[in-house]
Amino acid sequence: MQCCVCKEREAKVHLTQIVGDKMQKVDLCEECAKQKGVNDPAGFSLADLLLGLGASQEMEQAAGSSDLKCPHCGFTHADFKKAGRLGCSECYVTFAEGLEGLLKSMHKGIKHTGKVPPSLQQTRDLSDKLKSLQKKLDKAVADEDFEQAAQVRDEIKATKEKMAETTS
Amino acid sequence: MNVHEFLVSPAEASRREGPHNRIVLSSRVRLARNLKGMPFPGWAKKAERVKALEAIRPAVESLPQMASAFSESMDNLTVMDKNILVERHLISREHAAKSAGSGLVLNRDESLCVMINEEDHLRMQALRPGLQLKQAWNAIDQVDSKLEKRLNYAFTPDLGYLTACPTNLGTGIRVSAMLHLPGLVLAEQINQIIQAVNKLGLAVRGLYGEGTEALGNVFQVSNQMTLGESEADIVERLNKVLAQIIEHEENARGTLLEKKPKAVYNHIGRAYGILANAHSISSKETMNLLSLMRLGVDLSLFENLERWLVDELFITTQPAHLQKRFSEKLSAEERDLLRADMLRDRLRTVSRPKTRSNGSTGESAEKPAE
Repeated sequence: MQCCVCKEREAKVHLTQIVGDKMQKVDLCEECAKQKGVNDPAGFSLADLLLGLGASQEMEQAAGSSDLKCPHCGFTHADFKKAGRLGCSECYVTFAEGLEGLLKSMHKGIKHTGKVPPSLQQTRDLSDKLKSLQKKLDKAVADEDFEQAAQVRDEIKATKEKMAETTS
Repeated sequence: MNVHEFLVSPAEASRREGPHNRIVLSSRVRLARNLKGMPFPGWAKKAERVKALEAIRPAVESLPQMASAFSESMDNLTVMDKNILVERHLISREHAAKSAGSGLVLNRDESLCVMINEEDHLRMQALRPGLQLKQAWNAIDQVDSKLEKRLNYAFTPDLGYLTACPTNLGTGIRVSAMLHLPGLVLAEQINQIIQAVNKLGLAVRGLYGEGTEALGNVFQVSNQMTLGESEADIVERLNKVLAQIIEHEENARGTLLEKKPKAVYNHIGRAYGILANAHSISSKETMNLLSLMRLGVDLSLFENLERWLVDELFITTQPAHLQKRFSEKLSAEERDLLRADMLRDRLRTVSRPKTRSNGSTGESAEKPAE
């Protein structure tokens, strides 16, 4: 059996990992196993290794072409294949199409549901508040409740100022 | 100050107490973060890495949590310094291999450790003794929120925190616990447990040793998925699984004592015999035997041996810690001799393990095995 990294030497290290109901298999020669850190259990994860193999093929298929290059950092598809890591945060935009399938296969979902940076959260909260105030204003105007409308208008102004402060 | 002077002594480190530390050695939560618009460390040129380090290091140092912290650029640490940090589980092997352009900030009580320019710009971790995942998460969450005020993180609402490796994308969180599971190993149930835990999307790996072999019966359980699940959910899920593993380990120990007491006493007695009397011993063998001694302490088989001494020896018998005590460079053979000397000396006053007659299982341990 051939090593699936170098495709030259004979595979002597055979790894199997089961995540969920999916079984993943990798066959490596001794040298590639060493290089990939298979012997360093603290730093090794099969998922990381698989990234450099099947994952990049998946990306290739999805992206259509393998000569995609990140305009921000110059990282290419071939680099990903080699390193199993991306070049910069913009690469997530550049390689978005190919990455989606990959993310689906390795994560629970493809939409972030965890922590949001507090400052961003604040902006988000403020913009939500602004929307609801705008509705309130429209309603007040429609109801010809001008006293209420004036009050809401002031609130909107204050909220907008606060937003400008946090984003600056 | 050099890192040896900064780190607490192994004796002090091994006296840290936490909930369930019969089985759970330590808890850790790590977050991966990157700066917007800057290439990830693995792809960045040296000048860019230095620039990122110069932006990040002062921000980390200025945290109130990092008052009187140890902060150093990796090129100012010797190979031995780095190995000591690895043996203390404060930095990864990958980070130990870094040099100029990478850094480390470690707080006074070693409960917070920030690696700069490892695989990501920031790898920050909170460590706690015993089972304290929630506390560790809260601590690192606060550090992260404070840092976020000074640093511009790469983040998108859809994908969360952007990381060099897509396996960390989203929350960038790795929640893990180090477990000592001699009962499950002796009862040959460990593979079943590992498979079951893997099915839940969690990873189990031996902490020391190569491949699937787990030296010292120490295993690390951690989450693998980071996207599509909140940090609190991940912590909660891990907590539930850990509670189960702890229960299985306790059951395995109880069953072994009940069904095969002689086998258990034999393992522990031999471990004591070798460790207290050997004149040459490898680090591998030491770890495996210390694990059995630790089990013996947990089962109250040692009259005058405390768990902290075993844990201290776990640290001090590792290669870099051993080397540190001697000025000249030691070969592996010389280390084996000195390790044995140290063990004989430290275990000199420990009397041989007894067999249990007043044990908490209520079973008389003196009855012969069938």
